[in-house]
Amino acid sequence: MSFINDPIGFLAEWITNFLSGFLPEAWVIFIVTLLGVIITASFGLIIVIFLIWLERKIAARFQDRLGPNRAGPYGLLQTFADMIKLITKEDVVPEKADKLTFNIAPILSVVAVLLIWAVVPFAPGWIGTDLNVGVLYIAAVGSFGILSILMAGWSSNNKYALLGAFRAVAQLISYEVPMLITLMVPVLLARDMGMMTIVESQNLWYIALAPISAIIFMVSSIAEVGRTPFDLIEAESEIVAGYHTEYTGMKFGMFFAAEFLHAFTIGVIFAILFLGGWRGPGAEEFRLLGVVYLMLKGLLGYFIVMWVRSTLPRIRIDHMLAFNWKFLTPLSLMLLVMTAILDKIFGDTALRLPLLLAGNVLVLFLGWLALRWASRRQTKTRRVFKKRPVAKPA
Amino acid sequence: MIPLSWYLVLAAALFSLGLYGVLARKNAIAILMGVELMLNAVNVNLVAFWRYLTPDSVSGQAFAVMVFAVAAAEVAVGLALVISIYRRRKTVAADEINLMKW
Amino acid sequence: MTVEQAVFLFTSFLILFSGFMMVTRQNLVHAALYLVVALFGVAVIFVLLEAGFLAVVQVLVYIGAIAILMIFAVMLTRGDVSQEQEPVNANFGWALLLAALFCFGLIVLIGQWPAIDSQAPALDPEADTVLDLGAALVSPDAYVIPFEVASVLLLAALIGALVVARPQKKNPRSAK
Repeated sequence: MSFINDPIGFLAEWITNFLSGFLPEAWVIFIVTLLGVIITASFGLIIVIFLIWLERKIAARFQDRLGPNRAGPYGLLQTFADMIKLITKEDVVPEKADKLTFNIAPILSVVAVLLIWAVVPFAPGWIGTDLNVGVLYIAAVGSFGILSILMAGWSSNNKYALLGAFRAVAQLISYEVPMLITLMVPVLLARDMGMMTIVESQNLWYIALAPISAIIFMVSSIAEVGRTPFDLIEAESEIVAGYHTEYTGMKFGMFFAAEFLHAFTIGVIFAILFLGGWRGPGAEEFRLLGVVYLMLKGLLGYFIVMWVRSTLPRIRIDHMLAFNWKFLTPLSLMLLVMTAILDKIFGDTALRLPLLLAGNVLVLFLGWLALRWASRRQTKTRRVFKKRPVAKPA
Repeated sequence: MIPLSWYLVLAAALFSLGLYGVLARKNAIAILMGVELMLNAVNVNLVAFWRYLTPDSVSGQAFAVMVFAVAAAEVAVGLALVISIYRRRKTVAADEINLMKW
Repeated sequence: MTVEQAVFLFTSFLILFSGFMMVTRQNLVHAALYLVVALFGVAVIFVLLEAGFLAVVQVLVYIGAIAILMIFAVMLTRGDVSQEQEPVNANFGWALLLAALFCFGLIVLIGQWPAIDSQAPALDPEADTVLDLGAALVSPDAYVIPFEVASVLLLAALIGALVVARPQKKNPRSAK
């Protein structure tokens, strides 16, 4: 094992050897694990600084602006300036707020996102912990995010915050359903729930075998993050700023950072489940290259999120729920059943790819038929209108 | 290692807390929360017995999964009932819902 | 005392403390949040028992769905005056007595049981309990019928909850 091939493993071994000289074995394991936890968690937090700058630059390009360009070269130091501003701001807690809940909520929202990074496989052998139920773990950890939003909205003692929390719960719990179902598709294809095994089994990227599932996963994850067009939970024009209306200073900054990191994290999860994760030429040999591949693929997913965000307007709340329950959920259920049957019968033959693709196209066609039927019915009902009584002078 | 008795005592205490919640609370939602606590105590027992006495068969875990399903169903219907009653009677206090009482 | 024992004692203290707070708090949202802490503690207990799958499902089902539904229902019934009243009903003395007796009786019974201090046998490192559990749940020799009944139950609960909680427009009392 050389430094070039596996720098982290090399360093871990070196530290272990160094510490074993004067510490009992249990302590060495504890310290090395703690270092790993700190590195994984701070990796997520540090990458946010870069992501915020990136998102502001790209969003500016979409809107024909320049974006931040004053602090540092290309405005790279803008985020640091913003952070200093947020930290030095007055920290206001509403008088009638539920203090403890109010203060725990932002921490919980960051924790919920950071916990996902524990099962992200960065490169061969580089994973926080290779849980055998890794995919389920991602879904489970997401529920802390919902809880934090609910806590923030309720404890602020502000009607807009509470409305935002209500909307958030309706949206996040609903979109968890198609997300969970489509998460099961890569699990079916890999025949394992561990994140590492899913990446290792992708000799062919799963986006080729399950393109529609990948799209549904992306859409429902955008809804999970609450980005436009699903940003009803913080719609400025309707409910001020939603659940974080009353938050100031760094507590607001934590919600902000959690949202950015979550958007990137779903890009990474998308890359792991559907784009082959760290796999790429030379990744097995030079593990750092695997991290680079994963980050690039994750940024691709993140770019799609940003692209959708700057293109689409916000959708109405009843449309949002109807789209989920009447379209995405049935479609993803159909896909899951179809994938299960086809993969069980033809999983080991050469027919796997063409048949699964054909099945996807068939499901997409059925979905399109359903959409067309629904839109026709809608226009029909709109065309039939009664003559309205006109106000007449008495 | 942890002896089996620790888990059993924890489950017994948790079950009793849930029982007290169910019997003593006024609010119907709080009663449902007590039921959840009792179901969790049962689950702790099931999994502890699986781990200590029959680790080769999965029956303890399988029953725990059934308890999850039952708990989810119970909460869904229970909360629907509470909300429906609240709509009609503007109360969720269990001892004020007494139309069927003789 | 080993690390496991310390973790167990801390977690069970947390569970029992938040369980106690849950049944005594007057503010129902606080009670629900304490319930979340207790449920999370039970998930940690599952991890200690080497049932990782159940721990993850516990977080997903209980915290992600049940506890949040509870908080939601509490907020939807906020206009209820009884939330400002005494949290306990008139029978609370009897309830306390019964719960204490129950706890005492259970602990005495547990103490008399012969297999009480048995230690956990080592799990077979090759066996994948998640795989075994999944196979057992759909195997005709094991639990396929309870599994299917559970899914029917969930479907029935889904439809039942919808029918019960749906606002009835024809009812003049609930019309707004």
